[in-house]
Amino acid sequence: MRKITRLILFLLCLAPLFSLAYKAATIGLSANPIDDVTDTTGTWTLRFLIITLTVSPFRQITKWNEVIRYRRMFGLFAFFYVTLHFLTYVWLDQFFDFSEIYKDVLQRPFITIGFSAFCLMIPLAITSTNYMVRKLGGKRWQLLHRLIYPSAIGGVIHYIWLVKADTKRPMIYGAILSLLLGYRLIHKTLKKNS
Amino acid sequence: MIRIQRQIPWYEITDERFYENRRQFIREAIAFSAMLVLPRCLNASQNKKEDKPQSIKPKGKFDTDEAQTAYEDVTTYNNFYEFGTDKDSPSKLAKDFRTKPWQVSIEGEVKKPKVYDLDELMKPFTQEDRIYRLRCVEGWSMVIPWLGFPLGELIKRLEPKSKAKYVEFTTLLDPTQMQGQKRDVLSWPYVEGLRMDEAMHPLTLLATGLYGKSLPNQNGAPFRLVVPWKYGFKSIKSIVKIRFIENQPMTTWAEAAPNEYGFYSNVNPEVDHPRWTQKKERRLGEFLKRPTLKFNGYAEEVAQLYTGMDLRKFF
Repeated sequence: MRKITRLILFLLCLAPLFSLAYKAATIGLSANPIDDVTDTTGTWTLRFLIITLTVSPFRQITKWNEVIRYRRMFGLFAFFYVTLHFLTYVWLDQFFDFSEIYKDVLQRPFITIGFSAFCLMIPLAITSTNYMVRKLGGKRWQLLHRLIYPSAIGGVIHYIWLVKADTKRPMIYGAILSLLLGYRLIHKTLKKNS
Repeated sequence: MIRIQRQIPWYEITDERFYENRRQFIREAIAFSAMLVLPRCLNASQNKKEDKPQSIKPKGKFDTDEAQTAYEDVTTYNNFYEFGTDKDSPSKLAKDFRTKPWQVSIEGEVKKPKVYDLDELMKPFTQEDRIYRLRCVEGWSMVIPWLGFPLGELIKRLEPKSKAKYVEFTTLLDPTQMQGQKRDVLSWPYVEGLRMDEAMHPLTLLATGLYGKSLPNQNGAPFRLVVPWKYGFKSIKSIVKIRFIENQPMTTWAEAAPNEYGFYSNVNPEVDHPRWTQKKERRLGEFLKRPTLKFNGYAEEVAQLYTGMDLRKFF
């Protein structure tokens, strides 16, 4: 049963990618397909970061411990989509023009912060295996994986800074993220006081 | 040299089968053509003439012979925030936009300020095709065969006074039709402006169509400005007011983000947008980015308008 749930979830997590590929192959993307791919992979990175960050509060509130088993998969899918997002930028958008990419990363704040947020996710993906958890020890592993907070915040700021005038969508992600981080803060202080 | 056809050619001779049934044939033919024509007649109120995109070949001295962006792309990939901020929303949300009747108010330092009916205002001018590059400040570009006439011709007719140093344009304000105006993404109505010499330049166009047909709503119907050497947002759409003024007007994007969008906004690969580079652009339909040209490739025509000006300061 667990295996089937995992498989279904896995396929669901891939659905955004399939849907993008299907659109590209059939009705076609917009007049600017590279932008579409960049947008979609970026958006789904943020969504998976938020899903990952929802798991713990959800478990604490519902006492449904089962959900924690899927947290790693969600986190790795966030990394999967951010990698696609980064590759789209390097390959399709800049076409390996590394001098231009270098300048972008250093000079354009929204790319600087987006790139930093991506870099912060790399150690998390590397240390996601059971073996690495054991090797690092639970405490240290947990400490390291708090990097997801600055990474998600960086991702939202990256989104806010890149839009021209309409910040509605990035602000929605910002609001959800604040809620999730705010919950943790309150939960922690309550625990300390009791 | 002159050949005379002595015989009736075979293709002129009616087949006996058709001859026998000629009345029925005529009846059927009439019914069939009515079927084809009727739905078009019902639509006739919207498009009175044959209104299909035509293929346009470069003719005039300002026309570029570069590959033109597909009609489908030109009409579904739009920045027209009055109809939503997604690229595909104007083509969806502007479907029922009413562009008839349409009035244009001519105001300010002109001999005869007046509210014109659009048809009356346009009447004296011959529409011509102009194939221009369009470079968006976001880093993408198109090649569009516009249909229109030089703004300068209209200005001459309106007889501006010597005090008129700038021309200010305003888009319609009507949140009931323009749903995007219900959210204050920008301060509505949209306002743009040109210096008088820019407005009088023969490249500056008032467009009423593209691809030889009347302007689709999402592209700024019923008429819009086209200034090909400036970033696309200067080319204001669905204009209801043209005002001649003495001082440089405040324009919408310059008001929204003064450090990012200047009054001039000439296409310039040497001056970056504070948040992204302007060195390159993606021509829609092409894979690799291409270098952006100064004044969008119209330097020869317009560079002299800005001699002695620091284009970094007046971006």
